[in-house]
Amino acid sequence: MELKTVQTHHVPVRYLEGGSGPDLVYLHGAGGVTAEDPFLAALAQKHHVYAPLVPGYGDSEEAPEIRDMLDFTLHTWDVVAALGLKDPILVGHSMGGMIAAEMAAVQPNDVSRLALICPAGLWNDDHPIADLFSLMPYEMPAYLFHDAEAGAKILTAGRDVTDPNFLQTYLVTNARQLGMAGRILFPIPERGLSERLYRIKAKTVVVWGDSDRLVPPFYAHGFKKGIAGAELVSIPEAGHMVILEKPAQVAEAISKLG
Amino acid sequence: MKFTWFNLMPWPYLPDDFRETNRSVWVDIDQKLFDPAKSHEVYNTYMDLLEYADTLGFDGVGVNEHHQNGYGIMPSPNIIAAGLARRTKDAAIVVLGNSIALYNPPVRVAEEFAMLDCISGGRLVAGFPVGTSMDTNYCYGQIPSLTREKYQEAHDLIIKAWTTREPFAFNGRYNKLRHVNLWPRPIQQPHPPIHIPGGGSVETYDFCIDNTYSYSYLSFSGYLRAKALMQGYWNRVEERGAPDKSPYRAGFAQTICVAETDEEAERLYSEHISYFYNRCLHVYPGFADAPGYRTIKTIQTGALSQYAPPQGGYTQLTWKELTEQGHVIAGSPETVRQRMEDLIKGLHVGNIFCLMHVGNMPADKCMYSTKLFAEKVMPKLRNMFPDYADDTRFWAHPLDKRVTSGRLPKEAPSAADLAKTYA
Repeated sequence: MELKTVQTHHVPVRYLEGGSGPDLVYLHGAGGVTAEDPFLAALAQKHHVYAPLVPGYGDSEEAPEIRDMLDFTLHTWDVVAALGLKDPILVGHSMGGMIAAEMAAVQPNDVSRLALICPAGLWNDDHPIADLFSLMPYEMPAYLFHDAEAGAKILTAGRDVTDPNFLQTYLVTNARQLGMAGRILFPIPERGLSERLYRIKAKTVVVWGDSDRLVPPFYAHGFKKGIAGAELVSIPEAGHMVILEKPAQVAEAISKLG
Repeated sequence: MKFTWFNLMPWPYLPDDFRETNRSVWVDIDQKLFDPAKSHEVYNTYMDLLEYADTLGFDGVGVNEHHQNGYGIMPSPNIIAAGLARRTKDAAIVVLGNSIALYNPPVRVAEEFAMLDCISGGRLVAGFPVGTSMDTNYCYGQIPSLTREKYQEAHDLIIKAWTTREPFAFNGRYNKLRHVNLWPRPIQQPHPPIHIPGGGSVETYDFCIDNTYSYSYLSFSGYLRAKALMQGYWNRVEERGAPDKSPYRAGFAQTICVAETDEEAERLYSEHISYFYNRCLHVYPGFADAPGYRTIKTIQTGALSQYAPPQGGYTQLTWKELTEQGHVIAGSPETVRQRMEDLIKGLHVGNIFCLMHVGNMPADKCMYSTKLFAEKVMPKLRNMFPDYADDTRFWAHPLDKRVTSGRLPKEAPSAADLAKTYA
């Protein structure tokens, strides 16, 4: 994958591009995405993948004027337009799934194929979604992975915790990335999507890891019920980071969209 | 010097094994630990102590706002302040403060502070904190990375409401109001003095300097650790070209315990100090700093949340270490005087928020310590900054003639009395 920049109305947006096949836009979750992401590699085997970073993620410029759900939704449409894409396959994981669903609801005639991977965006008091923002780093693997131990290794890979600047770099990255994510996810990751799901016309596949402890599989039914004709694919032995634990199976589910 | 007697109002009945059996003193504290019937006495004792401080000549009595917090049972400081406005005579009512991003609309703060200023005869000192991440984000649900923008708008609205003498429309991002028309309005003109509690962010330094507000560092870790931060502030005051370096541009909170001797201080107060530092400050670190709450610039200057505990936690700190490292200033009047002098000179601060009720300290010990401080320490520290004796910009300006509560005659007048009065 190659890291590139495209200009949009608000800010220059960084995006990863690679692979060949039908155009596919991948919207990352609150943890962000890198060029080494195995899920992007899996998607790139059959698709021309574009993975734009939310402003503030990675080395991208922040966009203070993007504040609420509508801002995020329209900004991401601006990115699709700036990339010169028409009706790409729209894929989103977690927060990215929430944005993708909103995009498909706001401009239903511009999205014909949609994949939502354990998306945020719905809320039920009896099935609370864990508070991502107050989790300590050492608590995260248990929420994110089916195999927490293996997950912890994935999360800390490439990080030098003995570097004296590690903490500050970590805090700055968190403030930039989760600070931005918080605008649509804090304190409850719900901004009225359930009332707009009915507008989605796209052929939709909803993918969920059976052991997702961050956004429980309970919510899969809400999306399946809310989006006409949506198909649900449950993946065993996978948690919220199903895209890292079972990248090939998720890519396979998405390829059903054609 | 201005000395404000401050009470955080801790809940004094946290169990001995609180640390071991609870995740956090704040945000998700176990509600079962609060006993409403017991709180009746706790509240009234705490308010009595604040009133007592007024009788001893403290310049101010101070209250603050925390939510879902075991060491602060004062989610609405204005309610306590209203009681104090009636029952105290001379002390400034220092509300430090109202977390203005949390009030909807913030005109409510302009109104309530105006009421407090009117009831107290112009004794209000108004504090506008952003609020801790625990209070503002985790308890009150504000989006971390938008909190400061909302705070700024709330500030602008309150100041405009206080200083505009005709109705105006306010088209903010977070507040859309067609008719802002403050009624009542404060006695003090153009508005009560404003203190801004901060934790080391450069943006807050500039905000205070540019608006002639006093910058308060409300730390529990003492003056020795505060030196670098306060020096940063004073450097900024100079860089920013402020007309003076008046010590009243700054305030500092310090835990203080006074006894006849250093040994007596340890004997009387160490268990209450331990209660505060080991139980009351037991905050789950995940609540200390929601991502986006602190600006990038602030993180880069290394100003981390003071609720991120020191290495090893406070449990490791003995009385000796807590006092030697300056978390706590405790001892005989002479010991306390010396250390207070170091603090005042070292930080160059004119406003001291004296944390004299500590943890689960009972009222008798608190009165003892408070009285010794007022009589044997405070007078010796009064004139630390003679060059700035006339600087009243950062303190309340009460009416010369003020009424007090309880002025009605004992009996209602008779018909004959009224006939005479209104003849």
